[in-house]
Amino acid sequence: MNVSLKDKKNTKQSHSSPKLANLNQERTSPLRASETQDHVFEIDKLNLWYGQEQALYDIDMEIPENQVTAIIGPSGCGKSTFIKTLNRMVEMVPIVRTSGSIKYKSRNIFDRKYEVEDLRTKVGMVFQNPNPFPKSIYENVAYGPRIHGIKKKELLDEIVEKSLKDAAIWDEVKDRLNENAYGVSGGQQQRICIARALAIEPDVILMDEPTSALDPISTLKVEELVQELKKKYSIVIVTHNMQQAARISDKTGFFLNGELVEFADTNDVFSNPQDKRTEDYITGRFG
Amino acid sequence: MATINHADIQKNIRSKVIKNAVLKWLFFLATMVGLVFLVLLFYRILTQGIGFFSLDYILSFPAPYPEEAGIFAGLMGSIGLMLIVAPVSVIIGVSTALYIEEYAKKNKMTSFIQANIQNLAGVPSIVFGLLGLTFFVYMFNFGYTLIAGGLTMALLILPVIVVAAQESIRSIPVELKEASYGMGATKWQTIRRVVIPAALPGMLTGTILALSRAIGETAPLIIVGAATAIYTTPDSIFSRYTAMPIQIFNWTSRPQEEWQYVAGAGIIVLLIVLLAMNAIAVFIRNKFQKRL
Repeated sequence: MNVSLKDKKNTKQSHSSPKLANLNQERTSPLRASETQDHVFEIDKLNLWYGQEQALYDIDMEIPENQVTAIIGPSGCGKSTFIKTLNRMVEMVPIVRTSGSIKYKSRNIFDRKYEVEDLRTKVGMVFQNPNPFPKSIYENVAYGPRIHGIKKKELLDEIVEKSLKDAAIWDEVKDRLNENAYGVSGGQQQRICIARALAIEPDVILMDEPTSALDPISTLKVEELVQELKKKYSIVIVTHNMQQAARISDKTGFFLNGELVEFADTNDVFSNPQDKRTEDYITGRFG
Repeated sequence: MATINHADIQKNIRSKVIKNAVLKWLFFLATMVGLVFLVLLFYRILTQGIGFFSLDYILSFPAPYPEEAGIFAGLMGSIGLMLIVAPVSVIIGVSTALYIEEYAKKNKMTSFIQANIQNLAGVPSIVFGLLGLTFFVYMFNFGYTLIAGGLTMALLILPVIVVAAQESIRSIPVELKEASYGMGATKWQTIRRVVIPAALPGMLTGTILALSRAIGETAPLIIVGAATAIYTTPDSIFSRYTAMPIQIFNWTSRPQEEWQYVAGAGIIVLLIVLLAMNAIAVFIRNKFQKRL
């Protein structure tokens, strides 16, 4: 904690651009609002480039444990890039370069010795479009445990049932576990994908616009589920739906053009934004 | 004044509609050309060959008289070749495709390799025959044996298999791979559990098509020394051998008319083997898709 605060001071001093320095001052107070809390991620001066194009600028952020952190912002602001950096999925794009550090439980995830498979076992992910495997519902949920070496049928059964229950989909699919996961509705598919992510017992769940492809009722179910899940997991959720962020998150970060403009308790962001741009965005003046 | 003159359009619309109809029929005729010749071909082969086609024909060795000649040596030789070609070309071809698509960095070197694999697919088969002669027959000293022929054929269809496998790997939605990587799967685990199962139908189709090409190839086999008259079936990979197309080619080049019918019967056998191979592919594919 002390370390990261000191780093932040350094960050401030090192900024040559007056605009960025100014920005940093503005967001110092909300960032410090939760010093007593435990953090799963401590992000320090994160920059990211796709080839020559910079997508993220000097992101400093601390993501609290067992809370829902929402990331909002207009399209192309870097929010998806940011969340995919947290489990290094962003490296699926070969031209990506990063600088700065992201500490997950005080270990830098960009450390050469940090195996990305290890990180992703602890930091699970749910994607924008439901992406079940073309296998049975059972096999979808058992996928994670299987790749991590669990072979015993009884144990797998147990994990599948527990994960589907935790994802609030068990009652809907318990009689057709052996049917293809493509046969259920999009909303159910997404909850199966959440169950699949839960099955590896992660610590953090990243959700990249998990409801953008779903109808309102399915969306509501996923939102209720998020509330339930935060008791056990730390959740980071990207959404372009501000009402959703306001409804389900404890903290909200507003991204614009690759910068973290404001990051504070959700109530504060929506009722008393510190930055003019945040205010403009949440009142619908752009985006 | 509007830019679109509707009165003019109405006047001209008739000729446009007619032009469209004429072209439709022209394209249909073009399609028919291929179809008609295919039917004629089948008709000719069946009428010529069916008289000599019998179980005896399938189980007999070549003979000096048309009535006694059979395709058994060629059939067994072709099957023997496939038993070498299929595993060798699939293992090397699929591995190559997996490396290029999943492991290799997308740089100049990779695109150079890529371009050359596509070039290889266009190299005339006789060139592969010469390659096989140089390497397998002389350099590795296999002589005119089944293994030399099989390896040559494997090389010949390798590029086709690589390209087909690459295409089926590329057609897998990236979301599926992301889902796997997102749970901490390694590249190999993702390949084994997501990529290969999803790409398998496409790979199988490509492989069968390539094998069909191999089973009908004649030129490279002549060069690497498939025999024309052989009275034994190959009993090891180091046996001398012949293959169906060689046998058929040999018969068609004889002057007496009866031999044309013997060759026709041979083509029927070749077609049956091809259809059987396709049926096996379809069967495997359906079975696999059901398991999904």
